[in-house]
Amino acid sequence: MKALSKRDVYKRIFKQLAPYRAQVAATIMLALVTVAGNLWVPIIFGDVIDLVISPGNVNFSAMTEKFWLLGGVIGATCAAQWLMNVINNKITYEVVRDIRAAAFAHIQVLPLNYIDSHSYGDVVSRNIADVDQFADGLLMGFTQLFTGVLTIIGTLVLMLAINWIIALIVFFITPLSLFVARFIAKRTYSLFIDASRLRGEQTAFVEEMIDNLKVVQAFNREELNGQKFDEINQRLTKTSLKSIFYSSLTNPCTRFVNSIVYAAVALSGALTLIFPSVLPVAFSVGRLTTLLSYSNQYTKPFNEISGVVTELQNAVACAGRIFELIDEPAQQPDAKDALELESAKGDVAFEGVTFSYDPQKPLIRDLNIRAKAGQRVAIVGPTGCGKTTLINLLMRFYDPQSGSISVDGRDTRSVTRRSLRKNYGMVLQDTWLKSGTVRENIIMGAPDATDEQVVAAAKAAHAHGFIMQMEHGYDTVIGEDGGSLSQGQKQLLCITRIMLCLPPMLILDEATSSIDTRTEMRIQNAFARLMEGRTSFIVAHRLSTIKEADIILVMKDGNIIEQGTHVQLLEKRGFYFNLYNSQFAR
Amino acid sequence: MRKLLKYLKHYKIESVLAPFFKLLEAGFELIVPLIVAAIIDDGITGGRGAGYVVWMCVALVALGVVGLACSVTAQYFAAKSAVGFAKELRSDLFAKMQSLTYSQIDGIGTSRMITRMTSDVNQIQSGVNLVLRLFMRSPFIVFGAMIMAFTISATAGGIFAATIAVLCIAVFGIMLVTIPLYRRSQSDLDKVTAATRQTLVGVRVLRAFCKEDEEIAEFNKKNDGLCASQKFAGLISALMNPLTYAIVNAGTIALIYSGALQVDGGIITQGEVIALYNYMAQILVELIKLANLIITVTKSFACATRVSEVFALPREMVADGICTKKDGAPFIKFSNVSACYSGGANALTDISFTAERGQTIGVIGGTGSGKSTLVNLIPHFYKAKSGTVEIDGINVNAAGDKRLRGLCGIVPQRAVLFSGSIRENIQWGNGEASDEEILRAVECACASEVVRSKDGGLDAYVEQGGKNFSGGQRQRLTIARALVKRPQILILDDSASALDYATDARLRANLRNLDYSPTVFIVSQRTSSIRGADKILVLDEGRLVGCGTHEELLKNCGLYREIHYSQYEKKEGACQ
Repeated sequence: MKALSKRDVYKRIFKQLAPYRAQVAATIMLALVTVAGNLWVPIIFGDVIDLVISPGNVNFSAMTEKFWLLGGVIGATCAAQWLMNVINNKITYEVVRDIRAAAFAHIQVLPLNYIDSHSYGDVVSRNIADVDQFADGLLMGFTQLFTGVLTIIGTLVLMLAINWIIALIVFFITPLSLFVARFIAKRTYSLFIDASRLRGEQTAFVEEMIDNLKVVQAFNREELNGQKFDEINQRLTKTSLKSIFYSSLTNPCTRFVNSIVYAAVALSGALTLIFPSVLPVAFSVGRLTTLLSYSNQYTKPFNEISGVVTELQNAVACAGRIFELIDEPAQQPDAKDALELESAKGDVAFEGVTFSYDPQKPLIRDLNIRAKAGQRVAIVGPTGCGKTTLINLLMRFYDPQSGSISVDGRDTRSVTRRSLRKNYGMVLQDTWLKSGTVRENIIMGAPDATDEQVVAAAKAAHAHGFIMQMEHGYDTVIGEDGGSLSQGQKQLLCITRIMLCLPPMLILDEATSSIDTRTEMRIQNAFARLMEGRTSFIVAHRLSTIKEADIILVMKDGNIIEQGTHVQLLEKRGFYFNLYNSQFAR
Repeated sequence: MRKLLKYLKHYKIESVLAPFFKLLEAGFELIVPLIVAAIIDDGITGGRGAGYVVWMCVALVALGVVGLACSVTAQYFAAKSAVGFAKELRSDLFAKMQSLTYSQIDGIGTSRMITRMTSDVNQIQSGVNLVLRLFMRSPFIVFGAMIMAFTISATAGGIFAATIAVLCIAVFGIMLVTIPLYRRSQSDLDKVTAATRQTLVGVRVLRAFCKEDEEIAEFNKKNDGLCASQKFAGLISALMNPLTYAIVNAGTIALIYSGALQVDGGIITQGEVIALYNYMAQILVELIKLANLIITVTKSFACATRVSEVFALPREMVADGICTKKDGAPFIKFSNVSACYSGGANALTDISFTAERGQTIGVIGGTGSGKSTLVNLIPHFYKAKSGTVEIDGINVNAAGDKRLRGLCGIVPQRAVLFSGSIRENIQWGNGEASDEEILRAVECACASEVVRSKDGGLDAYVEQGGKNFSGGQRQRLTIARALVKRPQILILDDSASALDYATDARLRANLRNLDYSPTVFIVSQRTSSIRGADKILVLDEGRLVGCGTHEELLKNCGLYREIHYSQYEKKEGACQ
């Protein structure tokens, strides 16, 4: 996965914002109104204060006029600010929605290779946590960065207009607070890294030990673990004390710089008023009040902006991660002239197939298999021999690097993936059910099935009994990945799914591994009927279940080392013979 | 929450000093507007001159310095108590979790325990830190400003009180409305998360059934729902800033107007009006801080409640026990034992049998027949609901859990290894085991080739959970881990399922030849794994339906026969 440059990420963000051009323009206008209002209000208050001078020297009529003006400005500012916030929310959440939808749709066409080689957590966190972080950054950028910059510029201009000397004093002292904040941030950064590393270490230890608490107890490891935990805890405490303390210095320190600015404004303002002849500047007590409240306001956006900048950097990094996912090359699309594979007869052939997940580690080399329509093909061999890989290739979850796989004499790459997959019924060892009702899960392959058909299929798979025992029968909602169902029950539901849609070819990967042998025996008959006339690929550990196969492929290290019927293979006295007989070793 | 407060007890002084210094700082801040008023009234209008003004400004800076010193001290004490609090809480919580019994662990679930330990404790820590820093300061400034206003003029004080009241209503009203809205959008987000996860986990099945388009449609529905609820919540929370701004400014207008009347009447001065104006500006900032603080504290409280729930679990482990053996009693004896799942349904019903030293006991039955529960009763991992389990005539309920577990070598169903070297993993069984002893155990567990195949042999690194080993390799190492203990009772809980038949057979032969001849329990689904046992227990839905040797059971136990012949055809089973 290639990392996007920062520039690219910015470009992409602007592209995402493009449909919201009008709203962005509106929010900018509203921000201008808000900031202008915010800056105007202290000036009017300053004017008002200049009208309140001493007993008998108060201009009430002028004051009332000013109050009306104030009311108007405040009202307009509030309205503009509210509208701005609402529009910012709208832009942010809708952009985020667009990105998530795009990412999700892209996941559907990602090659399996990507999904298999990335942890689910990683992909999920890109689409959830990263996008959220991006949203926060975007929102803050809109609301705070923009208004912050405007406020700083506006304040500066107005201060210069009111009293350029005081403005310059403020202008030169304020950066001190930025400098202090930067200084503290730099010092604490490495402490934060240390603390988060230690927290990670502690979390990993806790996860490992709590997750396997039963083993811990079985081996009386509680005390040793406690000691180890306390040791990590001690180190963590020391580092986090430092990092929390140092980072919490930022606020008091910048507040201190603020108070210096405040004192400087008060001093210079007062002196200007006391010696009006020294400096030819029009000034009044009201103006001094305005400047004092500006000097409070002026430093705030600086602190906010430094926070926003960190947040934005973080947001850009997160946006980069989500765009990487969206840009990940999709699987090879179906050929333009790809045909629909109608109900297949079931002649399947592998010709000179070479495949590996990792180019460094060759797995399958020059593999040839021929299965005639209606044959039962059993695949046996030790773990890691490539059984599951064969299934990946049959279903076109992966494509071979060379050679070809054909169904009914037609290269599978010349038909659409959808139509190919519709011809296979697949039951895997890793049963998977989607969250939803039992019925929804069963009709996955045949959405139009009637209730009678569903029940009949469930009865054939011996799933009807336990389904009826559940609280709402077929309408019982099962949680993500089967929820409270046992592994065996989940497998029975997966079998029901196939029994209902009856595709022309079957793939059964350890389809009954979690079902106890008695139930298995009972559904064997149903399976036998199902397999009749259907080309079936069966992977199983239990040799008794594959003895009846038409061909047994014995695989080892990606190659087929023996093939034939059960009897033929036993006569050969080779690998299969040993495997079979080891069952009875005492 | 109150129960957790005890973790602050080593930091009593710090947790009092932190808010105290914060209060001092706030107090100094409240003096600032008074000094500004003095500068204007006495320095400028009153004509006391530049020297006076300079001194007053020096006083402003001095207040800043003292405020900084107070605040830094307060931050230090707050950080120290919060971090110390979290440290002791975590340490105790970890100890508590380690002392939970199997059924308690099942009840909470490990993923939740991990959350309690990590994010919950962190949240509480920042809650404590913030409370110590701000909980006194913000109200103090708000009410301090009000009191200062009262000292200047009673009318002004009244306006302050009214403004604060209206602000509180606005701020907390908006919070009250938005918190449930945000909670709802959080749960909408959870749905979007679940949908993303689902499409990844189920990718093979979804693609096999060509469900991509439906998945997208379903996701978009949830995604749109999330967007709508976020926007709605945003609509209301967007009111917060404009509304508070309006209220404070309205208050200021009222304040200045009444101030003007009083200045006109000669009751207060222009400088004092400015001081009132400045106090008004201070309360808004602090009130918003207070609102945010309350959100954090509410979250921390929720976390604290969850953590307290773990502490509230009763202590069920048996610390010390009797160790006087009864002579003549069978080594292990189950008498009319019943046990139940946490749900309440019976997992085992009325089980009785005995096992002698050195015997091998096979346990067989379908999924959910209670095999694991039965063997887990021996080391007292679960408690029998009725009936007794005795070892050497001592009831396991009273035998002391540590001692019992010392007797047993357990190989659990799920083969887990821990991060560290292979040696460290096997030494879990016996911390003092020499390499020679370890290798002997490894040999016996048929794991020599596993150790040999890894670079570094016993020093080879094991990743968390043993991810860099295959299922079969892990199983053999976990068997070695139990064997190095030289246990009197060895329990293999379906722990050879990933081994091929030949290795499984070799393993069983090795176990039979152990020089310390432990009593071995083998739980299995395959009759081949247990057919050589001295005694086989056949379980069906928690009941003992057969007990005897392989041959006896073939003759007189229908279920056993059925299981056996489902794995072997009749002819082959009989030819042995």
